[in-house]
Amino acid sequence: TPLPYSGSHRFGIEDPLTPEQKVISHNNFYEFGTAKTDPQQHAQELSTEPWHIEISGEVARPGRYSVAQLLAQFPLEERIYRMRCVEAWSMVIPWLGFPLSQLLETAQPSSRASHVAFETLYDPKQMRGQRARGIGGGIDFPYVEGLTLAEAMHPLTLLSLGLYGKTLPPQNGAPIRLVVPWKYGFKSIKSIVRIRVTAEQPPTTWNQLAAHEYGFYANVNPAVDHPRWSQASERRIGEGGLLSAKRIATEPFNGYGEFVEDLYRDLDLARHF
Amino acid sequence: MTLKFDRIFWLKAGMHLACALPLLYLYLRVQSGAAGGDPVQYLIHFLGMGILHTLAVTLSLSPLARRLRMGWLIRTRRLMGLWTFTYAALHLAAFVVFDLLGDWRLLLSEVIERPYITVGMLAFVILLLLAITSPMWAQRKLGRRWQALHRGVYLVALLGPIHFWWSVKSGDLEPALYLSGFVALLLCRPWLRRGLVKGWRRLRLRATATPWVDQGDPK
Repeated sequence: TPLPYSGSHRFGIEDPLTPEQKVISHNNFYEFGTAKTDPQQHAQELSTEPWHIEISGEVARPGRYSVAQLLAQFPLEERIYRMRCVEAWSMVIPWLGFPLSQLLETAQPSSRASHVAFETLYDPKQMRGQRARGIGGGIDFPYVEGLTLAEAMHPLTLLSLGLYGKTLPPQNGAPIRLVVPWKYGFKSIKSIVRIRVTAEQPPTTWNQLAAHEYGFYANVNPAVDHPRWSQASERRIGEGGLLSAKRIATEPFNGYGEFVEDLYRDLDLARHF
Repeated sequence: MTLKFDRIFWLKAGMHLACALPLLYLYLRVQSGAAGGDPVQYLIHFLGMGILHTLAVTLSLSPLARRLRMGWLIRTRRLMGLWTFTYAALHLAAFVVFDLLGDWRLLLSEVIERPYITVGMLAFVILLLLAITSPMWAQRKLGRRWQALHRGVYLVALLGPIHFWWSVKSGDLEPALYLSGFVALLLCRPWLRRGLVKGWRRLRLRATATPWVDQGDPK
């Protein structure tokens, strides 16, 4: 369904968009299977209504919001962001959403707050990957992710409810997901039901699976290779057929360095990858 | 030469068909968009699974022939082996053409720096050597060495699943299943089992003998 929004922002990224058809048919969403085509094939029955998102932890005003409440309270805008997968492919996607900081400000993090933890829906009845380890890639569900409070409050960090002018398709993380454009795609957790503000770094799914391969930060960084493959370049999925894709150089922070590098002034990015 | 429509002919024809049809299926899936918005990974993965499956059949033939007392089954082994090579060549070609987009320098650095690519490339080179030396004249010319060379396929049976294991993002059980399946197929070979038992005995003998040697002659 169409989703109203006002304004569109590119943050200096002028790359052409990845066609909608590709954005909605090439997804990593292990709750529905590990193949790129599994989410589109197996997520269509996901029931996203009613859907509530709970915000709790180190906040003065915990709460529980329905999607309708969020839409009423936080006006949507379009954000055209690069999405760089840790597997070295990338897209350019027009998201609809609002900054996560707006929701956090409403909840009022306490002085002890240092991180924000996110959790995906856990519903084995609806999510076949959660029923069988073989289908879900061996992940211990529910899928969890996390950011530092500063990252979560950053104006680029988006809670997204739509793409290409419409509500999110289930395979892209309906009804609400995170988008953190300067980090590898797995940080942008899908179909969120819980947001918890914490006083310590929360566990994150891929980091728990293989800590030496997936760090907590997971900032896009061409200088730090994945132990098993190079991160220096990426295959950009754009218009056209198989041979029209391009291999392009990967940029530090996925090209958003001017906006976010201050967050990491005192951090050794090779060690804290 | 007359064409004999005997059981081998039909078995071979069936095998060719069973190996070729998945390629047609793959082509149609990619063409119709059913392989997803970016079919590159689908293509590479599909062809990779084709290598493993044809290789599993190839390696099952001799234990099956022995168990079922159907020696003639062995005569289909070369055909299956060549299909394994065909899938391997297509898998590598898809990686170079569609994923690396023909960047040969990147291919070279990946082969050197990425253990899973190194392992996969090594397996491909072995398969290439086996394919080149598969005609009868090569077998005659190489004599005894031909047999030794073609035992390289057992190495491929281990390298292939390892390459698969290291290539997935993480936490996948499937590659482990393939690896154990291939180990089981290798253990179906009596000469390999005997060799392993002999090697194990020798190791144990050495281990039990060592303290006695260390203490020196008791007299």
